[in-house]
Amino acid sequence: MELKTFPMGGIHLDKHKITSDKPIKEAGLPEIVYIPIKQHIGAPSKIKVQKGDKVKVGTLLADADGIVSADVHSSVSGEVIKIDDIVDADAYLSTMVVIKVEGDEFEPTIDQSHEIKKEITLSAEEIVKKIRESGIVGMGGAGYPTPIKATIPEGKRVNTLIVNGIECEAFLTADDRLMVERAEEIVIGAKILNKALGIQNAIIAIDENKPRAIEIMKKITRKYVGVNVRVCESKYPQGAEKQLIKAITGREVPSGKLPIDVHCIVQNVGTVHAIYEAVQKNKPLFERIITVTGDNAAENPQNFRARIGTPASFLIKQVNTHPENIGKVIFGGGMMGVSAVNMDAPVTKLTSGILLLNDEDATKPPETACIRCARCADSCPMGLRPFAIATAIRNHDNKELKQLHIMDCIECGTCSFICPARIPLLDYCKLGKMEIRKQKK
Amino acid sequence: MLKLSTAPHLNTPTTTKGIMLDVIIALMPALIVGLLVFGMGALQVVITSVAGCVLFEYIICRYFLKSNPTTGDLSAIVTGLLLAFNLPSGFPISLTLIGCFVAIVIAKMAFGGIGKNIFNPALVGRVFLFISFPVQMTTWPKPQAFNFMNTDMETGATTLGILKHLKTNDFAQIPELPSYLNMFIGNIGGCIGEVSALAILLGFVYMLYRRIISWHIPVYYVATFMLLCSIHWLLTGEIRHEPLIHLLSGGLMLGAVFMATDYTTSPMSKNGRIAYAIGCGILTYVIRFYGIYPEGVSFAILIMNAFVPLIDSTFIPRVFGTRRK
Repeated sequence: MELKTFPMGGIHLDKHKITSDKPIKEAGLPEIVYIPIKQHIGAPSKIKVQKGDKVKVGTLLADADGIVSADVHSSVSGEVIKIDDIVDADAYLSTMVVIKVEGDEFEPTIDQSHEIKKEITLSAEEIVKKIRESGIVGMGGAGYPTPIKATIPEGKRVNTLIVNGIECEAFLTADDRLMVERAEEIVIGAKILNKALGIQNAIIAIDENKPRAIEIMKKITRKYVGVNVRVCESKYPQGAEKQLIKAITGREVPSGKLPIDVHCIVQNVGTVHAIYEAVQKNKPLFERIITVTGDNAAENPQNFRARIGTPASFLIKQVNTHPENIGKVIFGGGMMGVSAVNMDAPVTKLTSGILLLNDEDATKPPETACIRCARCADSCPMGLRPFAIATAIRNHDNKELKQLHIMDCIECGTCSFICPARIPLLDYCKLGKMEIRKQKK
Repeated sequence: MLKLSTAPHLNTPTTTKGIMLDVIIALMPALIVGLLVFGMGALQVVITSVAGCVLFEYIICRYFLKSNPTTGDLSAIVTGLLLAFNLPSGFPISLTLIGCFVAIVIAKMAFGGIGKNIFNPALVGRVFLFISFPVQMTTWPKPQAFNFMNTDMETGATTLGILKHLKTNDFAQIPELPSYLNMFIGNIGGCIGEVSALAILLGFVYMLYRRIISWHIPVYYVATFMLLCSIHWLLTGEIRHEPLIHLLSGGLMLGAVFMATDYTTSPMSKNGRIAYAIGCGILTYVIRFYGIYPEGVSFAILIMNAFVPLIDSTFIPRVFGTRRK
């Protein structure tokens, strides 16, 4: 079968998918969890608990403040011992609810059975309401509140739901494992979203380096009308929303527009699975799959199912017995992940992986002169010219900067990755974006 | 203490040095043929040129810029090899060093070093020598295939030199014209690195395989030249305009594959590269057919080098989600 891909730029990345054969393992319960009340794009949620409160797994901790916000639930049972501003993985102070774990008692409304519930009984409105109440956000990393993407705004039309199972990031296998182990639940989740959106066309996009997920998904989708599998070329950044839509539908999201403007909605497989659990099992989003991995700093890399708020160190200890080997801890993958200031930062709804690098791998090579090889521009999936952006920033040439479409940069990092002179081109692109935003104000 | 940095946290293994090493590897077939065809005279030029270029760059960095020498990136070796490839075998050591000085000190380092030069350093060096020392630059030892130790050099004109001053249109009357096979494998007179089309093609294939260059510049360059040359030949019917001879002898292949594709002095977008290559092809044709020189490749590429900033600001790739302006 023909492999789908996007036409512009992109690279074939050495993907380091060393954990793709590792079944999802329960991470267990830490002694204390730190649950940030803002794990999404938008307004911080309003805290509903106070110090001393007893909570259960699934208890609402914070309420969405407005449409662009999300509910946050407790991931453990125990006592709220502190509500404080604590440094998160991004090195920002973030308000967190700190809970001392006692036992593992679930809210009684949560269906804890393993039985797959196929029949979708809720109406479209009820589905969206359930997604909202379950605190679901885009788990691929964007953190955009999902209920917004499950409702079609006035005047817009949607005809395609793309379930993003590409996971093109280096090292991460969380989505891969979820597709292999929970294929049917994801397909039902896609059916639920189809119903919410009032469409009949969900496409599960998987890239060719996940043969097992492709096989299982193809087998299961045969039983479900309106859900199909498409195999994409294993190219980075195939999983980026605009590149994926282009590959699957041939449509190009215009500059400054959203997928919905080309009648598409893209949801990560993890998000779709969370939707299944929310709608069919009444289970709020309080845990997720996290790949904890590394070539040289993780002896026993794993895919974990971990509670939100678990300190990274709790997971790291289970894959690494020599903490002195760890030079860098990255929340996310090797290309787009955020390098964390300390190992105790908690995992959130958006943490798809924790990547450990040893000291040598963590050392960035020195920058040398640009040789004008144009690899950055040739491989930019958005057709931008990172070398020109870097020059404009260095020269403080704002007039030139405005011509360079920086706001279209998807921050995939391909330019920095590919640069033989090791110029941090993505940093220049981010600086350029900040500069443009500053001028707009 | 954890290290902190911005994303991405991974890098391609390809570095500037690695790219230069690949170019050097790609130049090896042409070097080997040059040495086999011209013997010790060629070896002397190559060693002098490479050593001279590296030394000048080292001296400039170390003693004038007081910075860490950039010779480790191997680009000076590439320049040294390419300069030697563009000189006749047996070219005097002193003059070769002058060429190195012009290439590295004036054309490269004075502009800011690697990546900053406007003109291809090796070509600047060659053209400087060509204009300043025309006699030595056009003293072509005859090929002496596989007779490596022969130091008794006979000299003769290059194929294109013969064609330029051709008075007859009868093949039989020009016995000194080499066969196509000899032109293809490189058993002809000319600059050290330009004689073998086969060796240059091998280098081209290697660079394509290693994704060092794309095919656009060499193919568009040669195709443009061959098209114009063929039209001219068909219209005039003169042997001296025979396109295959023009392709297989002279500096066209070397220039198209190794000189016009220099990253620093060629455009940075695909369409820009095509426009630049077509420009090179047209200029090479104009100089070879209407100019006083039998060769036109060096001048054509240098002239197009000057147009690169203009081409870069004209041929801007389409941004995803926008219409082409």
